[in-house]
Amino acid sequence: MSEKKHGVDGGVSEYVTAMIGGQLFGLPISRVQDVFMPERLTRVPLAPADVAGVLNLRGRIVTAVNMRARLGLPNEESDRPPMAVGVDLRGESYGLLIDSIGEVLKLSDDSREVNPVNLDPRMAKMAGGVHRLDGQLMVVLDVDRVLEIGAEAMAA
Amino acid sequence: MDDLLREFLTETNESLDVVDNQLVKFEQDPNNAKILDNIFRLVHTIKGTCGFLGLPRLEALAHAAETLMGKFRDGMPVTGQAVTLILTTIDRLKDILGQLEANQAEPEGTDEDLIDLLHHMAEHGAEIPADEAPIAAAAPEEKPAAAASADTTSGSLVVQTLERALRPGEVSLDDLEKAFRETETEAAPAPKPVVATPAPAAAIAKPAPRKTAVEIEAVNESDKVANQSIRVNVDTLEHLMTMVSELVLTRNQLLEIGRRHEDSDFKVPLQRLSNVTAELQEGVMKTRMQPIGNAWQKLPRIVRDLAGELGKQIDLEMHGADTELDRQVLDLIKDPLTHMVRNSADHGLERPDERAKAGKPEQGTIRLSAYHEGGHIIICIADNGRGLNTERIKAKAVSNGLATESEIEKMTEAQIHKFIFAPGFSTAAAVTSVSGRGVGMDVVRTNIDQIGGTIDIKSVAGEGSSVTIKIPLTLAIVSALIVEAAGDRFAIPQLSVVELVRARANSEYRIERIKDTPVLRLRNKLLPLMHLKKLLRIDDGSSADPENGFIVVTQVGSQTFGIVVDGVFHTEEIVVKPMSTKLRHIGMFSGNTILGDGAVIMIVDPNGIAQALGTSVGSQHEINEENAAMRASSADQLTSMLVFRAGSMQPKAVPLALITRLEEIAANKIEQSNGRHMVQYRDQLMPLVQMDGVSVRSEGSQPILVFADDGRSMGLVVDEIIDIVEERLNIEVAGGSDGILGSAVVKGQATEVIDVGHFLPMAFADWFSRKEMRPSATAQSVLLVDDSAFFRNMLAPVLKAAGYRVSVAANANEGLGALRSGQRFDAVLTDIEMPDMNGFEFAETIRADQRLGGMPIIALSSLISPAAVERGRQAGFHDYVAKFDRPGLIAALKEQTAEVSRAA
Repeated sequence: MSEKKHGVDGGVSEYVTAMIGGQLFGLPISRVQDVFMPERLTRVPLAPADVAGVLNLRGRIVTAVNMRARLGLPNEESDRPPMAVGVDLRGESYGLLIDSIGEVLKLSDDSREVNPVNLDPRMAKMAGGVHRLDGQLMVVLDVDRVLEIGAEAMAA
Repeated sequence: MDDLLREFLTETNESLDVVDNQLVKFEQDPNNAKILDNIFRLVHTIKGTCGFLGLPRLEALAHAAETLMGKFRDGMPVTGQAVTLILTTIDRLKDILGQLEANQAEPEGTDEDLIDLLHHMAEHGAEIPADEAPIAAAAPEEKPAAAASADTTSGSLVVQTLERALRPGEVSLDDLEKAFRETETEAAPAPKPVVATPAPAAAIAKPAPRKTAVEIEAVNESDKVANQSIRVNVDTLEHLMTMVSELVLTRNQLLEIGRRHEDSDFKVPLQRLSNVTAELQEGVMKTRMQPIGNAWQKLPRIVRDLAGELGKQIDLEMHGADTELDRQVLDLIKDPLTHMVRNSADHGLERPDERAKAGKPEQGTIRLSAYHEGGHIIICIADNGRGLNTERIKAKAVSNGLATESEIEKMTEAQIHKFIFAPGFSTAAAVTSVSGRGVGMDVVRTNIDQIGGTIDIKSVAGEGSSVTIKIPLTLAIVSALIVEAAGDRFAIPQLSVVELVRARANSEYRIERIKDTPVLRLRNKLLPLMHLKKLLRIDDGSSADPENGFIVVTQVGSQTFGIVVDGVFHTEEIVVKPMSTKLRHIGMFSGNTILGDGAVIMIVDPNGIAQALGTSVGSQHEINEENAAMRASSADQLTSMLVFRAGSMQPKAVPLALITRLEEIAANKIEQSNGRHMVQYRDQLMPLVQMDGVSVRSEGSQPILVFADDGRSMGLVVDEIIDIVEERLNIEVAGGSDGILGSAVVKGQATEVIDVGHFLPMAFADWFSRKEMRPSATAQSVLLVDDSAFFRNMLAPVLKAAGYRVSVAANANEGLGALRSGQRFDAVLTDIEMPDMNGFEFAETIRADQRLGGMPIIALSSLISPAAVERGRQAGFHDYVAKFDRPGLIAALKEQTAEVSRAA
């Protein structure tokens, strides 16, 4: 697996890539449970704007997170996010709504760069660095921070 | 911790709780050999297990207690002291067990104090020196020396301590020695099971325990039952429950699919699966069920101790202890129950002397009962004590800012009592020490709310109070009503749903508005309404018809309100799943669930809605109801009017507050008596009065308006009840004919406002002479003081019709308050016969007040005797008018107010 090792501390991380609002993001593969089509999303009244709703995934109730809203990306009404990345946090299931799922990338940790200082603060909060790929940048998502929804709402 | 030890601790703690209970019972019924046997067996088991596990302290103590109980079995009289001593011993055992659990080893120390006392009592029975009893009862461990020295056995007897404690069946050297010494006089047999020879002492005590074969068999039977049960870890059960919940969900989904495929082959096996699942669900639920008696176990002991501490005699009755409910629910209600029983004992019940004075039996009773009622458990804690102190609660509510004084005045007692559930209400010592109750009742309520239950209190001063708790059988699976709002479905727990009402424009049930607040008039009560979609801020603007909708009438505690939804589907057994932690802060939902069709929906929390409604709304609306009179009297407030037709096509109206109820009476029930129409109504003969041009129907049903005051009713026969409207009552044209106050515009139509006062004497000639009435009027503004809401309501429109602005007060003090508030009044009209301060005193008080000295006061009374008039003059009344003399009243008012304006 880890045939490519760069330097002394250079490990390799695998990322599940996803497009959200035209931007490529990468989620650490260890955190991704599954990728599914969100069906019959039930909106939750009075919920934070970042929560798109809840849905039933094989008998579990999954809280769907509107990643566009979460990342401060424009919400395009017309194309409803057709995919979701399932992640778990403290025994609860969440589905991160994305536009489309990409390939799994193996990337050296060495090539990861820190967030540009001028990154949108909403995104910066959840970004754990940036990888430069051929022709585009991939923002690494910190899943724990992405799911810090309640805390922010309370702080606000 | 050692498995064996853990097992032992669980078992022993349970056993000790049972012993506690049994002992209290035993004290009340010392002749019951079966109870004694139970206790004996339990203590014996503890002792045996302790020996096995090598716990010498526990073993020795249990052994000593067993010895004493063995004596009881042999017929030694059971005294309160003895029971106290054994209870103290059991407390010590528990104490040691607690430390054992914490440290996994018996604590250091000795129990010689207690053991000596126990032995002593076993030897000498009730002859225990009197001065020793308090020691035993209070704090034996603090006075071991005293206890030891109290041992009457003297001489060469040295306290001999063994290296280890005695094993069961072993006899201490002291005992042996004593046995030798006393062999001649008193046999001290070591405790032996079942067939012990009655000791000689039995002769002077109770009859020896009669142990029949049947009883022994019964005991064995219960032993067998115990052997058939196994201990299962609670986690295992919880997991099982979760899995069954999942199964139920899957079953529901399959059924949904089955419904869509009409002639499917799945149908039969699906039905079978459905039945099996239902049975399985029931079975697993059963494993979680425990008798409520488990939560009650500690209560007899608590009550006994409290009774001793407080010097009260308390009888604790428990009914329905075997009523079963979910373990989870049971845990949650344990503390509230204990709390409420303590409250009853501490504050509810009076001391024996007070009770005797009040003509009650000296022994107070606390009755605890539990029973099933349609998927819920009802638990009732009632006492026959002094009841809640309404006055103190009032004062407290005002000082806490929960309500204003005038609001409180308008509340019923029941409404006032509900304040004890208000958060923070209990914190003040004043209430708890004087009125009792209220200690942490808000906490109790919170606990009950948590499990979706409701709580209510009823109290009658001097007769006692009762708290009723209604809780769901289980929390995991609940029956819920599935409704729709703004295109989404929601579940409302069936527990809080009272009924469903379909509201439609122009029907009997119509959503009305007071300003922007929607309300529903339901059986003559005003129900505040909440649109679910507005509450949840999901209003999509569809079905904008504000007068239509389904109303889910919901009750939370004492609050009743209507939730307006767009549609109602069906009820479904739903599996409650907790909300995601990210969404748990939304108070409107208590959880979510997966429906049979696989969709996730939110479970609406009626408690959350009630809070959104504002805690005060519930009572406010009732206040409004009761004070429709107030509103009627104030020119710019809305008055509820009942519009009806009688005699002519022109609509007539009467303030709704005056009407007690509306009835449709079958025409064949109307009887003729003494030339008048009568009807048997609520076991009384109620006269029917006809308005001009109205004839009593001979067939079909006859609508009538019932007016009642002071236990008397009369029915006013009308042709048709049209509507109830909220209008400003502005009588524009004074009435010309009898029985009509004047005309007002109601809903854009000229409407005759009838004068109820004209019709009342037609039913009972003495209607007005039964009560004194007191109106007081100043020039244009009149203060009307009357303790009868009925007369206030009746006179206010009369005065208004005559062109006065009217303020009303329900008693003299309230009247004085209004007068001194700086409001300008031109005259005061007052009733004479009123509680607390009568009209004469009221007038004298006004006269004595310099600022109010010149205020014209007119007495309203049915008592027109020269003496009364003279008395009135002395008190300072300017005029004295007969209550039923409305023209006279208006004339007097005109005269007095004219004088004032002249003087001014």
